[in-house]
Amino acid sequence: MSARIYYIARNTFREAVRDRVLYNLIAFALLLSGAAILVGEISIEIERLVVVDLGLSALTLFGVVIAIFIGIGLVSKEIEKRTLYTVLSRPVRRWEFIVGKFCGLAGTLIVNASCMAIGVFGALLYVGHKFGRPDAWIFVALYFIILEFLIICSLSLFFSSFSSPLLSAVFAFSLFVAGSFSADLRGFASLAHGVTRWFAMGAAYVIPNFSTLNVISNVAHQQPLGMHLVVQNTFYALFYTTAVMSGAVLIFERRNLK
Amino acid sequence: MNRAMPAIEILGLEKIYKVGFWRKRPKRALEPLHLTVEEGEIFGFLGPNGAGKTTTLKLLMGLVFPTAGSARILGHDWTDPEVKAQIGFLPEQPYFYDYLTAGELLDYYGQLSGVSAADRKRRIPEVLARVGLSDIKGVQLRKFSKGMLQRAGIAQAILHNPKLVFFDEPMSGLDPIGRREVRDLMEQLKQEGKTVFFSTHILSDAESLCDRVAIIHRGVLRGVGAVEDLTSTVQGKVEVVWQGTQIPASMKNLSSDCHVTGDCVRAVISESQQDLAIDALRRERLRLIAITPLRTSLETYFMEKLQHAEKPMETAVGTNA
Repeated sequence: MSARIYYIARNTFREAVRDRVLYNLIAFALLLSGAAILVGEISIEIERLVVVDLGLSALTLFGVVIAIFIGIGLVSKEIEKRTLYTVLSRPVRRWEFIVGKFCGLAGTLIVNASCMAIGVFGALLYVGHKFGRPDAWIFVALYFIILEFLIICSLSLFFSSFSSPLLSAVFAFSLFVAGSFSADLRGFASLAHGVTRWFAMGAAYVIPNFSTLNVISNVAHQQPLGMHLVVQNTFYALFYTTAVMSGAVLIFERRNLK
Repeated sequence: MNRAMPAIEILGLEKIYKVGFWRKRPKRALEPLHLTVEEGEIFGFLGPNGAGKTTTLKLLMGLVFPTAGSARILGHDWTDPEVKAQIGFLPEQPYFYDYLTAGELLDYYGQLSGVSAADRKRRIPEVLARVGLSDIKGVQLRKFSKGMLQRAGIAQAILHNPKLVFFDEPMSGLDPIGRREVRDLMEQLKQEGKTVFFSTHILSDAESLCDRVAIIHRGVLRGVGAVEDLTSTVQGKVEVVWQGTQIPASMKNLSSDCHVTGDCVRAVISESQQDLAIDALRRERLRLIAITPLRTSLETYFMEKLQHAEKPMETAVGTNA
């Protein structure tokens, strides 16, 4: 990895960490974990299920909000404030800037998710007093959530490379919502006929498949996950992220910074 | 780098933006520009607001892409990213990552420019002292005034000891002391053998600093040359200054342009009549202070070029490529 990518990523991470909004979101996530404990205490025999389900869902939602909130401004804010001028007037390639920004945001989200995950595990320990073997699957669910964050990061950055922050947020959030229902879209495509089928199938392939990355319910119900799913989701997320990032680089390489 | 090689060679760089809702209407920001800047000189790029100065700098920095043309910087193709390690750039009205301190900002830019950790440790305090920011190196940039940001901008431009420095309106936002310090800094950079290319619309700065200037207006290069040549003697006229407020009749005969300023009188006369003027002042026992050739100011030259340019440009702007 180019050293310049690392420096840009580290600066992006530093910016996010020094951003007070980020701290607020973490605080909210911890608050929600606290609520999970409360709900767990009033839910007889299903405390673990409620804590895992609510905790991981909150972690996902807050992570997605952070990814979109920061991601949409990564490039557009640099152009608007002209901070990019002094970066690109150095021996920094445009693709290095984009990849560095992506790595910085991804790093921020991983650290952020890890902090929130500690909160979830703490809540779990509080209601169950000990960890069981099935709790290990929570790590797989967390891994999938991080893969989901990578895709959302790349989408936010992609839209940020050519669009305004507001439109980028709308596009990224719409794709997150649509991607969360991608299994339903595939189901619809298999039932449809003719042009509708092709259209629905095409959309199902283009829209990120977040359904396959969402195993929170399985983990909450202590259902084991197959290793093939881990491999499949890893390749899917890496492929999708690479494709979207390539698009972002292609657009940004040709953009005039007026 | 070859010593005979110019620091900057602009070979017909041209920029046309597509504007309007459908982006079909061409707007010519820069007509094909041919310009050479020699190594070790301070070169002023002059023009009114919207003349094309910043567009030219952005083209050279690779921030916008030209419609046509190319350039060579320090003997290399200007698109070569490695050449950027040898150049410094201060954008107009700079804004930096406001969550960083001045020290952190310079450290980050030093890293991106490939400056080693040891050199950064040595250079950062040096450069901060040079721009007068030593005392506030630990303060976040969000607390900086406009003038302090400008100083931070200058610091980042010279941090990596570049051979060539581009300043876009470097005096903008600075108080008179700050402007003086920047002028001194630019002269120091020249003495260190660096080439300085700066854009400005403040002509007095250019006149006092530059070896050569170029004047651009509405995207067209209107003139280029050494400041001394552009401000050459006007039609063989001299200015005679003597002490007192008395204007002898003989001097009135020689000059129709006599005026009292403070305790001196200034008169503009023909160079061929300067001996007659000296004799007249001797006869009246008036103390001669100076006789100096009258020169066109850069401002006069600049205004002439702009006025001369008005008509042809009305047809040039907005035409298709």
